[in-house]
Parts: sequence; C-alpha cells; structure tokens
Amino acid sequence: MISISTRFTSGSDIENFAKKLSSKDRQTAKAVRVCIGTGCAAKGSRRLYELFCEAAEQSSQDVRVEAKCVGCHGFCERGPIVVVEPGQIFYQRVEEPDVAEIFRETVVGGRTVERLLYEDPVTGNKAKKAEEIDFYKVQERIVLGNNGLIDPTTITDYIAEGGYKALAKVLSSMTPEEVISEVETAGLRGRGGGGFPTARKWRSCREAKGSTKYVICNGDEGDPGAFMDRSIMEGNPHSVIEGMLIGAYAIGSEQGYIYVRNEYPLAVEHLKMAISQARDCGLLGKNILGSSFSFDIRINRGGGAFVCGESTALMASLEGRTGEPRAKYVHTVESGLREKPTNLNNVETWANIPAIINRGGKSFADIGTEKSKGTKVFSLVGKVVNTGLVEVPMGITLRRIIDQIGGGVRDGKSFKAVQTGGPSGGCIPAEHLDARVDFDELTKLGSMMGSGGMIVMDEDTCMVKVAKYFTNFLKEESCGKCTPCREGLAQMLYVLDRITDGEGQVGDVERLEGLAELLEGTALCALGKTAANPIISTIRYFRDEYDAHIKEKRCPAKECRGLFRYEIDSEACKACGICMKNCPVDAITGDKKVPHVIDQEKCTLCGTCWEKCPFAAVLKV
Amino acid sequence: MAKDNNILEQIVDRYDGEVGMLIPMMQDLQAEHGYLPPDHLRSLAKLLELPLSRLYAVATFYSSFRLAPRGAHDVSLCMGTVCFLKGSSAISEAISREFRVEPGGTTRDRLFSFQAVNCVGACALAPVMVVDGKYYDGVTPDSALEILHKLSPDEENAETTTKGGTV
Repeated sequence: MISISTRFTSGSDIENFAKKLSSKDRQTAKAVRVCIGTGCAAKGSRRLYELFCEAAEQSSQDVRVEAKCVGCHGFCERGPIVVVEPGQIFYQRVEEPDVAEIFRETVVGGRTVERLLYEDPVTGNKAKKAEEIDFYKVQERIVLGNNGLIDPTTITDYIAEGGYKALAKVLSSMTPEEVISEVETAGLRGRGGGGFPTARKWRSCREAKGSTKYVICNGDEGDPGAFMDRSIMEGNPHSVIEGMLIGAYAIGSEQGYIYVRNEYPLAVEHLKMAISQARDCGLLGKNILGSSFSFDIRINRGGGAFVCGESTALMASLEGRTGEPRAKYVHTVESGLREKPTNLNNVETWANIPAIINRGGKSFADIGTEKSKGTKVFSLVGKVVNTGLVEVPMGITLRRIIDQIGGGVRDGKSFKAVQTGGPSGGCIPAEHLDARVDFDELTKLGSMMGSGGMIVMDEDTCMVKVAKYFTNFLKEESCGKCTPCREGLAQMLYVLDRITDGEGQVGDVERLEGLAELLEGTALCALGKTAANPIISTIRYFRDEYDAHIKEKRCPAKECRGLFRYEIDSEACKACGICMKNCPVDAITGDKKVPHVIDQEKCTLCGTCWEKCPFAAVLKV
Repeated sequence: MAKDNNILEQIVDRYDGEVGMLIPMMQDLQAEHGYLPPDHLRSLAKLLELPLSRLYAVATFYSSFRLAPRGAHDVSLCMGTVCFLKGSSAISEAISREFRVEPGGTTRDRLFSFQAVNCVGACALAPVMVVDGKYYDGVTPDSALEILHKLSPDEENAETTTKGGTV
C-alpha cells in the first residue's frame, strides 16, 4: 500500500496533486494490471500479481514496469484478467505459466500473445482491447469506469483519475441547495430497488428538524444473484466515500455509516483502507479542504440477515438490535437512526454522485429514458454465455443485454425467462425481451429493477421450482415480526412443495393468488409486500407449467423429482456399465454390448445415472 | 477467565461502550473464540448493562452468530439463485449424506462446520463453495466431496462407511 503524506487543505491542493500524479504516470510507460476482484481472485489472480511483481523487479533498469492490483472488470466469466499498458492489451483466462510469456513478449517486446486474447465465438475474430469485445461494446461505464483501472487500495490512483475533484468543486463553489438541484437535474433515482428520486430524499432530510443528521450507505446487498455493489465497494471504494461526502454536505450531516454484508470480507477490507487513507489526507474529519464542513464515516458489518437491506431494519441493526423493520408512516428522513433525520442510499447511488457533479446534471440526464436517467449496473448471470457485471444506459432492451452483451443462452439451449429484481422481482418471458429496461417498464411487466440482479433461465429451468426457491429464501429470511409475511410465506411454500411433489390440487394456483394478494396488502415492510412477486409473475407467464404439475403430474422442464422418469436410449448406449456401477439401488441391468435398461419399479429417480453417463444416453422423459 | 474478561473489556472500549455497537462487539467476540461462549455473553451483558435476552435475541436473529463451537474448517456452500440453478442443492445433499452433517451443523469429529449461505456474490463462478475463505468455482457434488476429504487424511475411514449409502 502506498502511503501518502499529503494533507489536502483546499480544493486546489487536490488538483495540483492530480497533476503531479499524471506527469509521474507518464513516466511509467509500462504497466500490468491484474484483476483481484472476487471472481478473478478465486481463480488465482493474486498469485499472478505476485509473479508479475517478481518479473518487474528482475527486469532491467531501463524499463520501468508497474504491476498493479485492480478491481473487477466485470467479465468474470473470462477471469483471471490481465491488462497490459501501453495498448490496453486485454488478456483473459491467464494462468501462472503464462506470466513469463506475457512479460517477455508483451511487456518487454511489445508483441501480443495471440492465444490469450478473447476470441469472438461467432466471428472468430480476436480482440486486442476490451472495447473490441461485444461484452464491453454496448456498455456505458460511468460507475464501473474506474474499476479495472485503479488500485482500490490506494487513494492516489483514485485522485489521479479525477477522484475527489467533485468534492473539491462542491465545497469551494456550490451551496448545499445547488448540489441538491444538480442531482435533481440529473434525475437520479435510487439504485437499491425502490427507484425513489434521490434529490427529493436529500431535500426532505435537509429540511427535517434537528441538528444531528445521518447519512447511510446501504451495502447490505442481499439479493441472491447480484454483486454490483460488491464490485464497486471492492474495486472503487473512494467513489462511494466521495459520494457520501457530497451527500452529507448537501444534507447537513457530520456522521455517515456504511453497512456492509458480512459475506463481503474484501469489500470491508478495501473500504476500511479507503476510509483511513481519506482521514489521513484530510478528506474525512474536521474542516474538510479548509471548509467549515466536517464529516466522518464508520463501517458496520451486517450480521447475515436479508431483511437488513430494508432501510428501517438496517437502522435497527445499526442501533444494535435485531433487524426488524417498522411501519414507515414516519419517514426515516425525519426520524431514522436513533430517531434522527437519516438519509439512506444504496452503494451504486452514492457512486453515481461524483460523476453527476463532474459531468453536470444535464449531461447525466442525457443518458437513459424519460423517467430513468443514467446507467444501471446489472449482474448478468445464470444460463448465459458471458456472465459478469455490465453497466448499460437505462432504456436498453433486455434482448440486447442478454444476446449482445451476454452472448445468448449457453449450451445452445433456448431462452425461457430472465429474473430481475431479486426475491422481490419477477420472471420475464421471451415475448417481452424487447421491453426497455427502466424502473417503470420492469414494474409494468410484474417484475422490478431491484438492485440489478439479472438471472437468465433456459428451457431446463422449472418455473414452479424457481418460485419455490425464492419463496423458501424469503420464508427463511422473514424477520417474523408481522403475521402475513411470517405465516403467509410458510403457507405458500407448503402449497408450492405440494405442487412440485406431484401432489398439487386443483385450486392451488388460486390459493396462491389469494395468499399473494393478502401479503401484498397487509405485510408491514416492502420486503413482505413484494414477497409474492416471484409466484405471481410465474403464474402470470407460466401458468401452463403450474397446470402440468397439478393436473398431469408432469414437470415440463423435467426438474421436479418424481414428475418425470429416466430412460436409457438404447441407440446411444455404449453398454459401458458406468451407470450400472453407480446406481445406488441396482435398478439398472444390462450386459457387455447389450444396451442397459432402468427398472422403473426399483428406480428412486436420484439422477446418478444421468449425471455419470459419458454418452448422454440417459434421458429424462 | 481474568484474561477473557480483559478481552471483553477491550472489545467494549473499542466501541466506547456504545450500546448501538452491540453487533460489532459480538462479532469481535466471535472472532476471538469462533463462537459466542454463553458465559462471555453474560459478562458482556453485564458490562453493557443490558438484559441477557437482548444479546440472545441478536445472537439468534443474525445467521452469522453461533452459540456452539465450530469445526476446524469453515465450509460455506452458496445457495444463491445462480448456484441453485446450476445445481447447488445436489451438492448440499451430497455433503450432508457423505459427512452426515446438515447445513448449519458441524461434523461429529469437528472437522468442519457446514453452512448453506445466501449468495456470496461470485455468481460468475457458480456453483461456489468457500472453504476457509478460499473460493472454489464450478463445484460439482463429486469435486465438493473431494475438496472436503482433503481437509484431513483421517477422513478416509469415514468415506468407506458412508459411500454408497441409500439416497
């Protein structure tokens, strides 16, 4: 970690420092950037970084090479990712033995190692730079722009890329009201799920009575299948801190909190470093940049409760209590944490703020649709070719995200649905793929933007089982405070269990709909009110699958055990005996050169034969 | 115990005795011991002048707190949506069957504690298993068992008695 002894006492200090850095940067002509986001790190990128450092140290004196750890590039599918400067040469799926070659050929020799470049699966063209890859082409990276470029563990990198310039501008030349107006002009809406206008929230909090006010960054990213906030906190923590500083100035707050999920250790580590560096530089603390504005931030780790993503539950947790939401007839902007006016925004919302100040609200508002401005980061995952983090302008169609960026459904399967919005969202079928992605369109389709999970499902996915998965998740995570959520979810799960077990009764779908309506109308918090969305949206678009389970005792996707059988295709069977050996109940008979047969009476439908068969001769029918 | 009390006092001081910081305090206490020993919870309640029930409520509400000692290793299997779609429930079943441990439990020999966790946010790697902080990607039932068997050579014996059991 580079320690920095500079203490900034005015806005121009930052500018001068950035200038100094950029001239110094030009001297370091050669750089190797290794992604250490969770995805790449899991595939051994930290070791790659060490090897590049060693290579850089051993190289001759006249070549100055800098090896650098950077945050997530988003293309996690192709990790570990290594980018070499000059030329931004983008290497993917790099392994330890490749380091020497990259160093010798590219860093020293200036030649490209062809085999490590990304190859377009359709055209076969090799891409030298990230921007030549379809995955990145369609993206517009404002929030993620510096991810993959800067070392998140050092503040100097952030400042070199224009970091804290927005704060300097705000403190030296803008009144709090002007800041709020700028955010209003930008049309920024909360990225955590609700889509509430950020400026309106800020203004309400600013105008609320009381001298002590709090700002909170909600980093309790609990939606399964979503990791945007994780990557921002890990890859560019200072952008969140700068956003909070600007917000606190606008609102009139001196104390902020970042609430991070317990499952995100690296995010906590990077945020802690960032906060302590910002304090050392005088960017957090008393009289920031020589102004009368003082502000500091504390980090709290969550305890592992999904409900704490709800604002009032999160505040209860910050008060050291169990995370139970309360009714919101008094808004948190008036009485939130410790009954003081509190403004809570999501990680991505905060990270957008410096960009809005730097670009100007108007230019930010040029991106997006009429009512949804700017970009949104999605985690595009599931049964799609290119999984990873993508940042796209609002208003792009689902089809472009899935087909063009995601490369379509993997393994040649056909698309069935895309799930957005996490457990409070819904499943959108193929006929609506041309819908524009913004807050209101997705809600119209019975789903929601949510925090940005986008999970692609193919023909092999049983939609009843998907509804059951989310219902089970929510039942486990229900805090239990209000009866509709606590009992309603358990009851709905009971009905769904029965359906997927082949014991569904006629009228079960209507029963689910009745319970869903009850939940929506009577649950205490937003999580409870939306908890039936996965069920409602799957009934809306995939009613036939429910009916097949209930009336025909058949699972069309062949996922629900007991609602389909295994058979061996006698033509594809090579009589190798593997299935026979692995069957736990000896239900398979056969001989050498004689195709094997499954005794349906004995078969327990465990699926072992289907998994083990090397010739895909075991079929689900 | 005197030493333990000392640690507790340090933890409380770290947060200026602020009751609002109860959760971080309990996290620190758990970091010391791997779980929340009941007598320590009692002492902490006394130090903070809170009823023990309040600490117990917090300890049982949040899934990351444990009231029993853990195994030598920490195994977390991701049950997020993508991991689920890619078969994590089959992995969970395989681990439970092989090591006779349910999610949330610890193996009888205390080799590892097994938890099925909500999304770890590494969806591109699905299905994901995290063992002592190390992420394993694209895990299958077989590869998961292989990874866990390597945790201790003593496990060889357990393997022969449980493999091939009924489903």
